[in-house]
Amino acid sequence: MSKTLQHPAVARALSLGLLLTFWIAAAELTADASVLPQPWMLLGPFAEALASGALPYHLGMTLWRVVCAFVPAMAIGAALGFLMGRVPAVDQWLDPWLVVFLNLPALVLIVLCYLWIGLNEAAAILAVVLNKVPNVATILREGARALDPSLGAMAEVYRMRPLARLRHVILPQLAPFIAGAARSGIAVIWKIVLVVEFLGRSSGIGFQIHFYFQLFDVAMVLVYALSFIGVMLLVEALILQPSERRVRRWRTA
Amino acid sequence: MIKVDVRRKAFGEEEVLRDIQFEVDVGETIAIVGASGIGKSTLLRLIAGIDHDFDGKIRRPEKIGMVFQEPVLLPWRSVAENLTLVHPELGSEAALSGLERVGILDKARLFPGQLSLGQQRRLALARAFAGRPDLLVMDEPYVSLDPATAEEMLALTEMLIAETGPAVILVTHSDVEAQRLARRHLRLHGRPATITSELATGSASVFSGVHHDRA
Ligand SMILES: Nc1ncnc2c1ncn2[C@@H]1O[C@H](COP(=O)(O)OP(=O)(O)OP(=O)(O)O)[C@@H](O)[C@H]1O
Ligand SMILES: [Mg+2]
Repeated sequence: MSKTLQHPAVARALSLGLLLTFWIAAAELTADASVLPQPWMLLGPFAEALASGALPYHLGMTLWRVVCAFVPAMAIGAALGFLMGRVPAVDQWLDPWLVVFLNLPALVLIVLCYLWIGLNEAAAILAVVLNKVPNVATILREGARALDPSLGAMAEVYRMRPLARLRHVILPQLAPFIAGAARSGIAVIWKIVLVVEFLGRSSGIGFQIHFYFQLFDVAMVLVYALSFIGVMLLVEALILQPSERRVRRWRTA
Repeated sequence: MIKVDVRRKAFGEEEVLRDIQFEVDVGETIAIVGASGIGKSTLLRLIAGIDHDFDGKIRRPEKIGMVFQEPVLLPWRSVAENLTLVHPELGSEAALSGLERVGILDKARLFPGQLSLGQQRRLALARAFAGRPDLLVMDEPYVSLDPATAEEMLALTEMLIAETGPAVILVTHSDVEAQRLARRHLRLHGRPATITSELATGSASVFSGVHHDRA
């Protein structure tokens, strides 16, 4: 019994079930579907939104923005963090900037981007990227500092080519840090994307939530939010976790 | 030919090496001996071109192999890949025959972490010889092995040196190893360390005192 309880999948399902129970109990206590509807009361609106094509469209737009922001944020953040971890002079100069940007509220950056660039897609993406880069850089800086100098010496003696060095010596050491940054990155980015859409886009989950917020339609707000959480759980289970397992294979072999 | 001329090597304020000059001919093996912490590994890093921060000049060939104090393998790549990624010009067949010569052919597909320390050292040895180096630098390659395994590794190294014919610079604590592999022994002594004696064992002539030849 306790053995099955410890199985990760079982524990996961049970813990999610517990959350659902709390929801049901809370809805029961509220006894007002316009404030907090029961979970099963969302199924109808969900099916409707799905059939009308509105849900897939806005889901797709948000997902697209998440990807557009995630890729450059990871690439720029990783490059910056790596440089900062390897070159002390770069670290000295960029560290204060990092502190400033880390402590700048996401909302401020978003509003400023919209004000300066205009209410367009580029401003939206840029706002998200700027919000995420400092985070990725901080994590990757730790990774670059932790690089094993003896492996570097080995690569040097045997004159390994720069690209081979990057792929087979450096990246495997950075992999746990990259995975960590990607994990927390995805989670943070989609939340910021929602705020960006809420404030100044006419598509996406954030826009829809804004729309139904004005109608005080709690059920539809929940439908859109939960749909996206569902998608992100799928991404986690189908892409992030398997790729992490593959990269870690040598540890468990 | 390898020509070492180190005037001064310091870590911050701490001067570790001073005035070390010697030459090694093609096909010659020399041993560097001295107390722990004297600066042997530091000297080898200068010779191998890992550390460029010193006063002096070192002439070394292009192709260098090095066996470090630890095996220093890529733990996330297979045993065979540890040869082919470091020596891309090496075909997979040559890599496998390299593994066969050090006796770990059956481990080719495993990860280094799945090997015993002795086997990891064999892989490090195979990697050092795989590039057919003109200079082989070895930093206590047999430490923390049991006597039987150390003896096996020693015999293996002798065989590989005979086959490949590189110049060899070996750091060791063991007189037995030094006697077996090297005709010339340089002893580091003092603080900062310098060469206090150069012995040629066997039939060759015996030097005493510092051997300077600033050409
Ligand atoms: N990166 C470094 N920074 C500062 N000091 C160092 C550094 N590397 C080595 N040293 C110092 O240089 C001296 C020589 O070290 P080295 O590793 O060359 O000794 P060794 O002769 O190889 O000793 P062992 O036989 O124990 O391996 C030591 O006092 C050590 O503390
Ligand atoms: Mg040493």
